[in-house]
Amino acid sequence: MAKKANLPVGRRGFLKGAAAGAAVGVASTIVAPPAEAQQPTAPPRGAAPPSTAQIAAERDPAAVGVATAPGEKPGGDYMVDVMKSLGVEYFICNPGSSFRGIHESLVSYGGNQPEFITCTHEEIAAAMCNGYAKIEGKPAITAVHGTVGLQHAAMAIYNAYCDRAPMLILAGNMMDANERRGYVSWLHSVQDCAAMVRDYTKWDDNPGSLEAWGESIVRGYNLARTAPQMPVMIVCDEQLQENPVPAGFKGHIPRVGEQHAPAGDATAVRELARMLVNAENPVLVAGLSARTPHGIDLLVELAETLQCGVIDQKRRMNFPNRHPLNQTLRQRAAIGEADLVVALEAWDLFGVVNAIGGKERAQARSLLKPGAKLVSITATDLFFKSNYQNFFRATEADIAIPGDSEATLPLLIEAVQREVTEDKKRAYAARGAKLAVASKAALEQLRVQASYGWDARPISTARLSMELYNQIRGEDWSMVADGFFVSNWPQRLWDMKKHYHYVGGAGAEGMGYLAGASVGAALANKKYNRLTVSIQADGDLMYGPGALWTAAHHRIPMLIMMHNNRAYHQEIMGLQHMAGLHNRGFEECRIGTTLTDPNIDYAKMASSFGMESFGPVEDPAQLAPAIQRGIEVVKSGRPYLIDVVTQGR
Amino acid sequence: MNRLATWFVLPAVCAVLAQAQTAGNAENGKKAFERVICSSCHGHEGQGGAAPRIGVKPPALPAFIAYVRHPAGNMPAFAPNVLSDRELTDIHAYLASRPAPPPLKDIPLLNQ
Repeated sequence: MAKKANLPVGRRGFLKGAAAGAAVGVASTIVAPPAEAQQPTAPPRGAAPPSTAQIAAERDPAAVGVATAPGEKPGGDYMVDVMKSLGVEYFICNPGSSFRGIHESLVSYGGNQPEFITCTHEEIAAAMCNGYAKIEGKPAITAVHGTVGLQHAAMAIYNAYCDRAPMLILAGNMMDANERRGYVSWLHSVQDCAAMVRDYTKWDDNPGSLEAWGESIVRGYNLARTAPQMPVMIVCDEQLQENPVPAGFKGHIPRVGEQHAPAGDATAVRELARMLVNAENPVLVAGLSARTPHGIDLLVELAETLQCGVIDQKRRMNFPNRHPLNQTLRQRAAIGEADLVVALEAWDLFGVVNAIGGKERAQARSLLKPGAKLVSITATDLFFKSNYQNFFRATEADIAIPGDSEATLPLLIEAVQREVTEDKKRAYAARGAKLAVASKAALEQLRVQASYGWDARPISTARLSMELYNQIRGEDWSMVADGFFVSNWPQRLWDMKKHYHYVGGAGAEGMGYLAGASVGAALANKKYNRLTVSIQADGDLMYGPGALWTAAHHRIPMLIMMHNNRAYHQEIMGLQHMAGLHNRGFEECRIGTTLTDPNIDYAKMASSFGMESFGPVEDPAQLAPAIQRGIEVVKSGRPYLIDVVTQGR
Repeated sequence: MNRLATWFVLPAVCAVLAQAQTAGNAENGKKAFERVICSSCHGHEGQGGAAPRIGVKPPALPAFIAYVRHPAGNMPAFAPNVLSDRELTDIHAYLASRPAPPPLKDIPLLNQ
């Protein structure tokens, strides 16, 4: 049985001592303090010098704990066993002393599986889990340190919550005040650890025993990946991690079974099928519809059966860009023509079916023609919380079907196919032909638009996007950045078909997402040998530049093209809007919104993190050779960054 | 005579006036364009971005000025104390001076 050793030494201190030659297994041995602690400053005259134990305790308050006896295991070992049972690949963290027990068990006992991915900030780590989940379709684990680590991670967790991305968050905490290790331990401990993120996690628990911990992790893992997918947080008490497992503990690991998504009500689905079959001009709107790669196939099948238009809001890759039924480039016209709009996990459905003016936000104008019907299928109707307003404005749907749209589509397709007659098929074919003409014309118009400013300096965002696409289109590529900051050129002009061709952006539009999420997505792509590319906004990168170091350190191959417009560009436009309303000049709108004087040299920054790089590129003619060089490096298994000086949008 | 004036003289006068109005200074226009940061939404070449394209073939000058004074949507209004008609005329000249893009067939990157 373990000895309670409230000595300034414990397992960790013991191991340090062991390295210096102390005998392993003698838990109560007081080890020599670290080298730096052996040179204390001179004590006050007349005072007794501190003992080595006192020095060790003051300088290394972590050196307290309970030692395991030979043959015993700490609770952290069991925790690692449970994590392995989930098949989780990565443990993506900034290290913290409140989960040092799990950390030590992971690397010493667990063979570093799941693999510890070292991050320089908890927000980067959580964002990496978000990006990873969108490619791989399952959670990674991030661990956070008590109060402060979770506070760092909070915004990225909110992004993932809004983005319907699953992740498992482990939070270290010392609940028993009597066991805390000095003042820092008090500052970093909390009564209700999950409270600060409870509004934007799906579930949390604070288990008080190892048995309960194992059950909570497996339950949390299942909840996180059940639609609507979201982050789940489990608190890990430090004593549970660090102390030896109690006598008689059997170490049962709960089984992870199959997990299915909830489909919509069958009666409502049949009614919707009849509406779709009989509609003159139905339109499908997909936001977060394709939860898995199969979701794209299902949407294609439904659209082709009906020969109806599809609008892909691109929160995920839902529908192939170049499919003739894709009407995304003429969204407003398509909505206006529709007599039936079917929303599939739509993103801000109110904003889809209404025109919302900049100055008249409260006076939205419906885009639906009179008599048009609106149907919504979404798992969000099964679960949302009150405080944070990510449920958007209420939409007056004629029929709301709570349920996961991807899980519902097979039922809907089957019901539609049963209703479709040969006469209907002929009418559908004519409808599909018209839609194909309309989408082709819209694409041509867009290409013309992209040609303006083609040779401009700073480089146009269209030129940047198409130079990159030209170099990767023959590869098995994956675009892991949101195109919003580059006028959505990639998701409008690139031939995107596969689920990893595009993964959407920050769920909560929280800045700092992309730096971490793109590296997380690249990490997921690594084992598939996909060519990961990103167009990284400069302002976003500066929230978490350490993500570059993580990519370099872990040899995560990806090509990062900097969209360096040297500004928080959205905010310039916002200030201009204010200045216009207030009838004032615009010259001052650069104050506080630009990233100049000095300009940031992103190539040098990447280089300092050990990442090969090139730039700044100001001449568009330099882009192609720079990208070719970058791809060579990425194919050799390393990340590469190209700094491109660009126009605002 | 009055009818003649209506059909022949007035349009001629308008054309002369219009020519005078459009005789903006493109160089000054570029400075004004950047000073009030039109480029933030419309791009440095007026090629469009967060807002529509206005370069190469901007709207006719009177319509251009009228719209800048009373825009729709998200565009801020530019009052005369911020941008004078003279400056707007110069900006119009700058936008009109922007080179037309190459034909699409000459940009292979946009044909894939």
